This record gives sequence, structure tokens and C-alpha cells, in this order.
Amino acid sequence: MFGLDKKDTTLLLVVAALTMLAPFLLNPFPTESGMAQFNAGYPDLMQKFVIFGIFAIGFNILFGLTGYLSFGHAAFLGVGSYAAVWIFKLFTYNVFPAILLSVIVAALFSLLIGFVSLRRSGIYFSILTLAFPQMSFALAYSVLSNPKFNLTNGETGLQVYADDPQRFHREGLPDLPHLFGLSMRSTHTMEIGAWSFDFNVGYYLCAIVMLVTFYLSVRIFRSPFGMMLRAVKSNQQRMNYTGLNTRPYTLAAFVISGMYAGLAGGLLAAMDPLAGAERMQWTASGEVVLMTILGGAGTLIGPILGAGFIKYFENIFSKINDNVLHQWFSFMPDGIEDFMVFIVHPFVGKGWHLTLGILFMLVVIFLPGGLVDGGQRIGRWLRSRGQKEDKTTGTTEPAE
Amino acid sequence: MDSFLLQILNGLDKGSAYALIALGLTLIFGTLGVVNFAHGALFMIGAFCAVTLQRILSLSYTVEDPTQKDFLGNPLKVQTPYVESWFGPNVGGAIIDWAVPLAILLAIPVMVLLGLAMERGLIKHFYKRPHADQILVTFGLAIVLQEIIKYYFGANPIQTPAPDALSGVANLGAVIGMDLVYPIWRIVYFCFAALIIFGVFAFLQFTTFGMVVRAGMADRETVGLLGINIDRRFAIMFGVAAAVAGLAGVMYGPINPPNYHMGMDFLVLSFVVVVVGGMGSLPGAVLAGFILGILESFASTTWATTTIPGINQIIIYLVAIIVLLTRPRGLMGRKGVMED
Repeated sequence: MFGLDKKDTTLLLVVAALTMLAPFLLNPFPTESGMAQFNAGYPDLMQKFVIFGIFAIGFNILFGLTGYLSFGHAAFLGVGSYAAVWIFKLFTYNVFPAILLSVIVAALFSLLIGFVSLRRSGIYFSILTLAFPQMSFALAYSVLSNPKFNLTNGETGLQVYADDPQRFHREGLPDLPHLFGLSMRSTHTMEIGAWSFDFNVGYYLCAIVMLVTFYLSVRIFRSPFGMMLRAVKSNQQRMNYTGLNTRPYTLAAFVISGMYAGLAGGLLAAMDPLAGAERMQWTASGEVVLMTILGGAGTLIGPILGAGFIKYFENIFSKINDNVLHQWFSFMPDGIEDFMVFIVHPFVGKGWHLTLGILFMLVVIFLPGGLVDGGQRIGRWLRSRGQKEDKTTGTTEPAE
Repeated sequence: MDSFLLQILNGLDKGSAYALIALGLTLIFGTLGVVNFAHGALFMIGAFCAVTLQRILSLSYTVEDPTQKDFLGNPLKVQTPYVESWFGPNVGGAIIDWAVPLAILLAIPVMVLLGLAMERGLIKHFYKRPHADQILVTFGLAIVLQEIIKYYFGANPIQTPAPDALSGVANLGAVIGMDLVYPIWRIVYFCFAALIIFGVFAFLQFTTFGMVVRAGMADRETVGLLGINIDRRFAIMFGVAAAVAGLAGVMYGPINPPNYHMGMDFLVLSFVVVVVGGMGSLPGAVLAGFILGILESFASTTWATTTIPGINQIIIYLVAIIVLLTRPRGLMGRKGVMED
């Protein structure tokens, strides 16, 4: 289907089913129950899942296929956000032109940065991509927000004010980002028994966009172009010796992943119409690196899993405080309970980044293929165990 | 002329910090061939050694003084640091006052041990893995170290004042008949950095150990074939590099109050410094550190910022980009370092 082989079609359909049914799947606990804090099915968080999924899919096209480790992709996300908010400010709240422009601007920006950075490879490339977004961050934070030429609004962040022109804004259209009149914030809540499920327009827009980008990334992975990028990763020198200029290919991969980042930035702005400079900082790029590696770089589904994993646990872990911990360990004797709370305390709540850092190190050290690799290993282990058990049961069966 | 000299002086202290961190980074590149993203975190931990020592020295007990009353009429509670009660108020007070320089004594063993533990426990297993993996694992380590510090010391900058005797300003120009007023601590920092840099170079140049390390940097395999355990020496150099970063951090506290993400802030800049200086070249790293520090301070003058707004924020990156594109090996880089 859609020019994919059977395995990829299944994968695409599974991802489609998961994203479309996410409001159900992420809300498995009744609203009033104590477990409700583990529900992740509210619009804000689900939007983040898919938006950062897009970001990570794009990053994976560069890092997973060509092996070029960029620490600068947050810059493209930030530029995309700024572009989208400017459309909101000057023309209309319709998200369609905003997202379109954010992709175009990010593409141009990444073409520029990629053209310069890709002249070097390896560690030099990483450092160059580190320098550019730091530079853009510094500029966006300070100079580009001077009164004469206020492009980014500095520390406050760019947002839409009541006195902005918004030339194509009509009466009757929602005063928030909308898609041809359909407000991004409008949510239909479905109550079934003790459960409640939110269906949010913004989420479904992001989810459909993510499915399209996922489909495109599958096609890129399976195309001759993707093959060429993999060849660059495995041995660039040999490619050069065969008389092939690899730079157009790597540059194309860089620009494509930059466009994905810009798209993610535009969607972020469409869900919440503001853009700040901190989105461009290199630690923000570090986050997408974490997502991709954690999920599994070079695999199709890995980056989405990684993005979902990090955003979900970031949200859940930040909610856990000492009271919750005391509830959990309340079945233990008092002294041990306090001790357990004391042990776990640094890793939850504000300590989420500590847990993430440790988890990330463990994945890099022991599981370079990420969660996907881990899943495959477990699957293989179970299968081999199952086979052994079959054999043993076969032999020990008493003959009658 | 005065302001010209003043800008050079201004550049020197930031330049010394860049030079010290870049020197450590280059030592690790040159010997072990590892890209250490956790180096900024080591700088930060050095700064927090000073904070820790300051806190330990100021540990105090409370005595109720019945002869004095506070504003509520209760007996006044007097806090006396243990150090003061042991050594008397004068000596004890002086010890507390000199906490930051004293922290050097604490930082050296702490940083060397931390460096050795890092190398033996983690980085050793990454020599054979691709550079991307080395970057990623040290990046993860940097996050972990930073979050541990944040957990114990909080997210706000912590004041670590210089000793009273060194915290004022001095008129440097008096000797040559010019008006050149400058904070003493920054001069101390520069001298300290110069001392460490000379120490490291002398160690590498004039000791047998240093000679073996240099030989290993040039050709690791041959040195290994001669029956020398080069891995152990390189591990020790990692400890030395960690100590250099840590000492740079200890003394930087009075210039800029340490907070948990100061390492990440310095990391990007010091990478840029290393690249401009030339990957694997120790003199290059030091030279580039000072040059970029001074350039940055000239770019921060009112004249420069009014001519080209924002130049002070981006000058270092701009220079780095230009250098990388025109002289790909940096100012003093050797052929074939990290170029696979």
C-alpha cells in the first residue's frame, strides 16, 4: 500500500492506529481514581508527544542515516516558531499559512547552516552545529529585540497582542489559532462511565501531520537516496574514492531534517501562539538527541517512541512528590518506608533530569540500539526460550 | 590608550578561563582521543569545591548570650564557627576569609580522583566506539553531574567572595604613569592561570613521565610496543586535565558566582576555542583561549556594539566559523587529528 512493502505498511498502520486512538489508550484509568495521575490523555501532553515525534523523526533522517551528529536542530525549531507567530501577528490566525511559512523559513535557514557546517565532518561538524544555534540564540535573546527592529521580543518571547494588524482576520473567526475556522483548542469530551476522553482538534491536526511525515520518512529510508545516506555513514571515504560527491546528499538530508524541525516549531506555535529564544538553545537540541538515541537511532519507529517516552515520563515524574512516595511505600514498616522515600526522592519531581541523564547513559553504554533494539532482544530471547521449552516438553512427554 | 590596555586586561581573565578549560580538553583529545562533553561539568564541580569548603569552614554552633538581648527581648543567639573557636577569632576568621584559595587544596585531590574514576569507570570502555558514542555518553554524564550538584546546592548562584585583601581594586598604571584601575582578583586569576599553564607545559616537557606521554601522543602503538603501560599514563593525564578544569572553576567563583549550569555555558565556548586553536595542539588551545577572550572584550566596548549591534555575543562563534572554513586545522593544528 502507498508504495510500501508489507512490513512497512503494517508499521504505518500500527502507528496510525496508535495515534488516532491515543485519547483512549493514554487514559486507561478512571478520572476519579488514584491512578488518574498516570493518565496522559489530555490535549496539551498528547500534542507534545506527536510534535516532538515529528522533530525526532526529522533528526533521525540526518543522524540515523548519515551519522552526522548535529547539536543545532533546536535552532530550526525556534526559527519555525518565530515564523509562525509572525504570520499570526501580521496576517491571520489560520495555522495553514503559518506552518507553511515556518517550514520554508527553516528550510532556508538550514540550507545556510548546512552549507557551511557540512564542509567538515565528524567532531568538527558537531562543534560547528553547536556554534550556529548558540549564535542564533544569543542574537534572538538580545539584539534582535531592540526597539527599532523587534523581531523576537527577547526574553518575554514573541506573542500576539491585541493591537497587531492581523490583516486577514475576520469577524466570526476564533481569536486563537484555527484551521479555516476550526479552533485548535476546541475539544470534545466523551464520558463513558467513570472514564472521560478528550478529543482535541489541535492534537488530531498534529497527529495527521505526523503520520504524513512518518510516511515520508519511511519512503526516504527505503529509497535509493536513503541507501546513499547509509553508504555515507558506513564509509564516506570509499564513496569519495568512487568519484561520488557526497555533499549534495548530506546537505539534502540536513535540509530535510531542518524542515521537519521547522514544522515541529510551527506546530508548537500553532498549539500555543508564542515563541521564545530558549527553544533555540543547544540544550534544547540535546533533548532531541536524547529522544532519538533513547528510542533507537536509525530505526523507523525509534524516534517516535523515544519522544513519547521522554515526554510522558517527564510529565509523570514531575508530578510525583514525597506524599505520593509515602503512599506507595506505605505497606512497608515506618523506618524502611522513610528510607525508601529518601532514596527515591532525588530522582522524582524536580530530579527528573537526573533520572533522564542516568537512563540515557545506561542506554548509550549497554543498548546502543535504543529501546527498539532492547525490545527486539527481549523478543528474540522469548522466542528462543519458547522454542527450547517446546523441545523439552516434546521430549519429556511420557509415551503412552 | 588607557582604555585599550583596559580591554586587554578585561579579556585576559575570561581568556584564562577559556585557556584552562581548552587546555584540559586538548590534553584529553591528544592523549586518549576522546571528545569529553563532561569537561564543562568538571569546571563547575571545581567551583562547587570552593562552595563546599566555604560551607564546611563556616559550620558553626549557636550559643545563647544572656548578656545581650535581641529585638524581641530574648537572649541573643550568637553563631560561632567551629574554626574560630579552635584557632581563635583572628586566625579562624582569616581561614574562613581565605576559603576560596584554600579550596585549591581540596579541589586537587577531588578532581584528580574524579577524573581517574571517570576514565577507569566509563570512558575506558568507549575508546573503540565511534566518536558520536563518546560525545553522547559524556553528554549524559554532564547532565547527571549537573543535576546532582543542582540537587544539593539548588539552582541559584552562590556567592563565593574573594579574600578581603584581594577583593579591592588596584591601580596598575601607577608604575607607568597611567590611570588603570582594575580588580585585584582578576589579576590574581590571570597569574594563577598562567602558573598552571606553565606547570602543565613544564611537566610535559621536563619530566620523564611527560616525555612518555608526549611520545604516546605522537605514536601510541610504538610506545606500547616498547613495553610501556601507556594506558595507565594516559589515565593519569585525564586526572590532570580534570584537575586543571577544576582549578579554573575554583578560582572563577569570585568573578562569577557559581551555579549548576555554568559548566554547560563554558563548554560550548571552550570547544570553539579548541577548534580555533587546532584540535590536539596544546599551545594552540592556550593561544586561542587568550585571543578569543581579548577579542570578546574588545567586541563588548560601546564603540563596537553601536557599530555592529550584538557583535559581543557572536564574535567568538564568527571567528570560529571563519577559522574553520579558511584554516580547517585551526591556528596550530596538526594533520590527521580527529579527521576520520
